[in-house]
This record gives sequence, C-alpha cells and structure tokens, in this order.
Amino acid sequence: MTTETETHEDTHEHGMSDAGYIKIAVILALITALEVSTYYVDFGPLFMPALLIMMVVKFVMVVSYFMHLKFDSKMFSFLFYTGLGLALFVYITALATFKFFIA
Amino acid sequence: MWLFLGSECLLFGGLISTYMLYRGRVQNGPHPSQIYDIPFTSVSSFVLLMSSLTMVLAVSSAQRKDDTRTNLWLLITGLLGASFVGGQVYEFTTFYREGLGFTTSLFSSSFYSLTGFHGVHVSIGVIMLMSLRAIIKKNKITGDKSEVVELIGLYWHFVDIVWIIIFTLVYLIPS
Repeated sequence: MTTETETHEDTHEHGMSDAGYIKIAVILALITALEVSTYYVDFGPLFMPALLIMMVVKFVMVVSYFMHLKFDSKMFSFLFYTGLGLALFVYITALATFKFFIA
Repeated sequence: MWLFLGSECLLFGGLISTYMLYRGRVQNGPHPSQIYDIPFTSVSSFVLLMSSLTMVLAVSSAQRKDDTRTNLWLLITGLLGASFVGGQVYEFTTFYREGLGFTTSLFSSSFYSLTGFHGVHVSIGVIMLMSLRAIIKKNKITGDKSEVVELIGLYWHFVDIVWIIIFTLVYLIPS
C-alpha cells in the first residue's frame, strides 16, 4: 500500500522545486529587460537576430519548465511542436505568397 | 489539452502572419511607431510573465495537496491576468482616442484582431482560474485536484508564450 501511494505521489511530483521555478522566472525577467533595452540602445545589425533569439529562448524556457514539457511524455511534445511547426509553415507560406506572387 | 494547444498555435499563427503582412499598410491614421507605448507594454509583459510563475507555484502547491496555498497562488495569478487585461483595455482606449479605430487601416484591423484575440484568451483564463478556486474551495473535484490545476496551468502558460511572441514581433520589431 505504501509503495502504491509513493508511486502515485511520484507521478505528480515531476518538474522542479519552487526555488527552481523562481530562478527560471528571474532569468525570464532579465531576458525581458534585455529585450526592452534593444528599443533604447542601438544594437546595429545584431538588433533583429538578438531579439528573435531572446524570444525563442523565453518561449522554450516557459514550455520546457513551466509547462513541464521537458519532464512529460514525448507524445505531448510531438502534439505541441507539430502544431507549432504547422503554424510556422502557415506564416512562412503566407509571407512568401504575398512577397513573390502578389506584390 | 496538448492537442488543443497545438490547434491554438495554428489560430495565432494565422493572426500573427496577417499582422506581419499588413503592419506596414497604413493608409490612414497613426503609424505603429507613433502610438506604441513601449514602457507601458513592457510592464504589462512583465506582469503576464510573473503570472506564469505564480501559476506554476499553484500547480506545485496542488501537487503537495496544499489547498490554501493553491488557492492563494490561483488568486494572485487571476489578479495579475486581470491587470494585464485592464492594461490592454487602457491601451486600446488610448489608441482609439489617438485616431486608430478598428477599420482605420489594414494595420489597425490586424493589430486589434491579434491583440484582441489574445486579450479574450487571457480573460477566459482569468474566468477559468476564478472558477477553479471556487470549485476547490467547495471541494467539488472528485479526482486528482493537481491534474485539474495543471490543465488550467497549461492553458495559462500557453497564453503567456503567445504574448512572448506578440511582444517581440508586434511591439519591439519596427515595421
């Protein structure tokens, strides 16, 4: 009985400790501050790549740690990233269509 | 829930694509760079980001079967979400007063559609959070509470990651 209870508890205690979540939130806040600084400071040609990289890093951190995708079944990752991949496909196709065929 | 979130990616993918195509089409009314208030939107973004932290702390408390803390974190998350929506209402009102109506230009239509849809998602999230608090308080969840809290949490974090993209592509990258 004890073993069953422990196993049940373990399945729900995936993820990180509260302190770990707070560390992730601090990192996310710092990246956001850095993002906002690009509006005021001239980063030259690094402006666009830096913003996009920071956006992707924040996205992946929230999905991996706060949404527990890093610790969950691979099937969930497949479902979510398939939707995301299709969304990117829609975005790129729409932009390419307007750029090359309509404009 | 993950399948639903995957389909939501497609919805917002379409809306973001539309905005990216039309953000330079300003026939009438103010241009994006003339009306965006970056300091204000940065604070709103920070508020929503921190609501993700409080949400994950609610999930963590629920996993420890600590109903008091779960309810507290859910309340704080809901309040932060409501603050974000309040900020968006203020922003829309300001933009409208500055001459940016929904049909003023292709830019304004795509901007209001994208950010408005996101705002509706946050509002639905706040309603879900408050309903969840009430259900937990009345002890009406028969199964595992932490699973229900985690499902609502997934939706809430999704709303946050969509804003991470919107904040960069819409507000920080100039058209």
